[in-house]
Amino acid sequence: MVVGFKLIFVVLMIQFEKFQLANGLKVLVHQDTSTPMAVVNVLYNIGAKDENPAQTGFAHLFEHLMFGGSVNIPVYDEPLQRAGGENNAYTTNDLTNYYCQIPAENIETAFWLESDRMLSLAFSEKSLEVQRKVVCEEFKEHYINKPYGDAWHKMRALAYTNHPYRWMTIGAELSHVENAKIQDVKDFFFKFYRPNNAILVVTGNTTTEQVKTLAEKWFGPIPAGEAYERNLPMEPVQEKMRSLEVHADVPMDMLMMTWHMGGRFDAGYHETDLITEVLGGGASARLYEQLIKVKQLFSSIDCYHFGTVDPGLLVIEGKLVKGVSMAVAEQAVLEEVEKIKNELLPQKEVQKVINKTESIICFEDMSIMNCAHSLAFYELLGDAEMMNQELEKYQAITPERIQATANTIFQDRNRNTLYYYSKN
Amino acid sequence: MALDRIKAPLIKDAVDFDIQLKPYQHFTLDNGVEVYSYEGGAEEVMMMDLVFFAGNCYEEKNWVAAATNFLLKNGTHQKTAFELNDHFEFYGTYVNRTCYNETATINLHTLSKHFEALLPVVSELVTESNFSEEELKIYQQNQLQRLTLNLKKSDFIANRLIDEYLFGIAHPYGTYSTEASFKNLTRDDLVQFYDRFYKHGKAVVFMAGKFPKNMQSLMNKYIGALPLNQKALPSYEHPIISAATKKYSIVNDASSVQGSIRMARRFPNRHHPDFPGTQVLNNVLGGFFGSRLMRNIREDKGYTYGIHSYLQNHVQECAWMISTDAGKDVCGATIEEVYKEMAILRNEKMDEAELKLVKNYMLGALLGDLDGPFQIMNRWKTYLLNDLDIAYFNKTIETVRAIQPADLQALANQYLQPEDFYELVVY
Repeated sequence: MVVGFKLIFVVLMIQFEKFQLANGLKVLVHQDTSTPMAVVNVLYNIGAKDENPAQTGFAHLFEHLMFGGSVNIPVYDEPLQRAGGENNAYTTNDLTNYYCQIPAENIETAFWLESDRMLSLAFSEKSLEVQRKVVCEEFKEHYINKPYGDAWHKMRALAYTNHPYRWMTIGAELSHVENAKIQDVKDFFFKFYRPNNAILVVTGNTTTEQVKTLAEKWFGPIPAGEAYERNLPMEPVQEKMRSLEVHADVPMDMLMMTWHMGGRFDAGYHETDLITEVLGGGASARLYEQLIKVKQLFSSIDCYHFGTVDPGLLVIEGKLVKGVSMAVAEQAVLEEVEKIKNELLPQKEVQKVINKTESIICFEDMSIMNCAHSLAFYELLGDAEMMNQELEKYQAITPERIQATANTIFQDRNRNTLYYYSKN
Repeated sequence: MALDRIKAPLIKDAVDFDIQLKPYQHFTLDNGVEVYSYEGGAEEVMMMDLVFFAGNCYEEKNWVAAATNFLLKNGTHQKTAFELNDHFEFYGTYVNRTCYNETATINLHTLSKHFEALLPVVSELVTESNFSEEELKIYQQNQLQRLTLNLKKSDFIANRLIDEYLFGIAHPYGTYSTEASFKNLTRDDLVQFYDRFYKHGKAVVFMAGKFPKNMQSLMNKYIGALPLNQKALPSYEHPIISAATKKYSIVNDASSVQGSIRMARRFPNRHHPDFPGTQVLNNVLGGFFGSRLMRNIREDKGYTYGIHSYLQNHVQECAWMISTDAGKDVCGATIEEVYKEMAILRNEKMDEAELKLVKNYMLGALLGDLDGPFQIMNRWKTYLLNDLDIAYFNKTIETVRAIQPADLQALANQYLQPEDFYELVVY
């Protein structure tokens, strides 16, 4: 292979149209006539980071309550299922997203349902009581009843001293969700679930004309709310390395390290994304090859980040081979990190991770569901058109730029380490 | 006129949708390997599934099939594991392998234009893998650690044990790995299995997406020239030996805050005439978010984050499974409610409106599932590997459309009898 050989990808641009209703609701449409389906996606600009520190887990609890009936429709799911549709939702630290996929001929059902729950929920005590329990079981299933299930709770609290990324979307503790009151729910709803704080995306077998008519009809009459001014506490620059030791009933030692990285709007974001690919993306990545295969210090190791809007964390985490000491494992990880800082990556390796990223984008664009999620997310960032510029940004990245970013991020004073020891 | 938000917009009933499974194309390679393909899609991407009859029903020693499949990509006589992975990843290609009971696959997802550069290396995996002692050692060590970790998880243990109760530990569907399975693996085991079931094995290929123009000749050059499909597969007999005891409660971790509940019965495979109707009944019971189990146990009682029922995907014989993780103090109540829901289905005819909702949901979901070339080919793959054809697809749709409450009640009386169910809680 010629070093620097560059692959040219044929990536289709995602075409879309955009308009805004008088109440502030942004609407995006991507037409795809090859499918019999349509996706109706409503993103609310409210994530766990917008929660009161004394009431964490609320954005996610709220996502559950959104299925507990709205002001005019007692049950959300049934009419959708009757129309042949399916739905789901997710909450992150940055946003809450609801989506349904439905045969295109029945698309109006989705508009009817989504607009009614934007108009107002039913605020039923019974629904709140049940969903509090369901979320508590979710908490137990994923974070208590699983080995290392609390690692991320601890890491977030270690790495963030001020910014609300300090807690997970499920909540900092069970009691916050257990103590949620119906008045809290109402306040939260009317503060955040307003048309001017939402983005509606429709993809699939539809037309902009149809979406315009339906959006005006169903969402148009919903009054705008007070504009939400997000004013989050900033995370101060970390001055000193921090670490925490945990001893728990787990079968093997785990090492988790994080470094503060830029947010979506910061220079170096795309470079950081590629750094995680170089280190942790697949079986030819550096950490896998060096630490699992060659040195055999780890039985598994990953490097990733969460793609958060605000400055996030670059993560390296791995489980140690039994008998390997934490210090040796840590040193070996740091050696790989030093290599990226001190030695320019070979052009071919950079090209590999760019190619991989391009391929991921290509495969993601195949489904009208992913397409709807992406359009909504990039519109939240400021402009959905950015979705079509991502590839160019990656393609412009050079080994020099990766090295510079690595030197900014991989500093000891910027590092947080969780030493998770097996008690056995 | 004020907008009426109470009344639902008019819908087209999904039962009236024209749902078609588009036909595949088919050709045979020079060595007799059949290739089933579906061409289409807007993006320049494709997938290829190389399916070998190399599942664990052919192994004579536990875990040999899975280990052979896993290590296919970990070195050939010409290339190291790193070089193989680096090659695939340079093209942004995903090469995965998976081992099932009857079959084991090498799966390729790639941009279509790179197919030609990738196929020779895929072909190399089929004939030149070398299973070095070093790679095997690393695999054993890491899999052992993974097993130790998984054995801490109640859901992992519950999934293994319920299959063992249903099919017996000696059956490919009921068996699982232990520390000994990994420790006892030798390089010879893998080399022999590889030689018999990959290199000189029986294969069938499924492809979908946008193909390069010379796809057929490339396939013939790199797959059609391999010594595949020359030797008949060995016959095997794996009698199902279900456990005599039906109820189990196991404490894996005394400090656990939840219990993993599995309730299951044996069920015939897709060729049985009751299969399509039971799929409808399964949806009513626990097959989707609006199912009775979900509405009662999650949405009314809040005992669990989720409860599901499904028909297991097996060739020889299936199982009907109900699966949930529930709060430790409500596991008993959850099981009781599941039996109550079974009793209601046996004793009461469901109302037409609920059945119509389930039918519409199922057909709408099916329409979505058949959206795109990969999805269409995946459906065909399942059918072809289970010896089914378009008649099965049409019969399923026809059954969903036509089935009546009385039919479902009859099925419930036949198949939802508590005494037929294994019941397990792992804390």
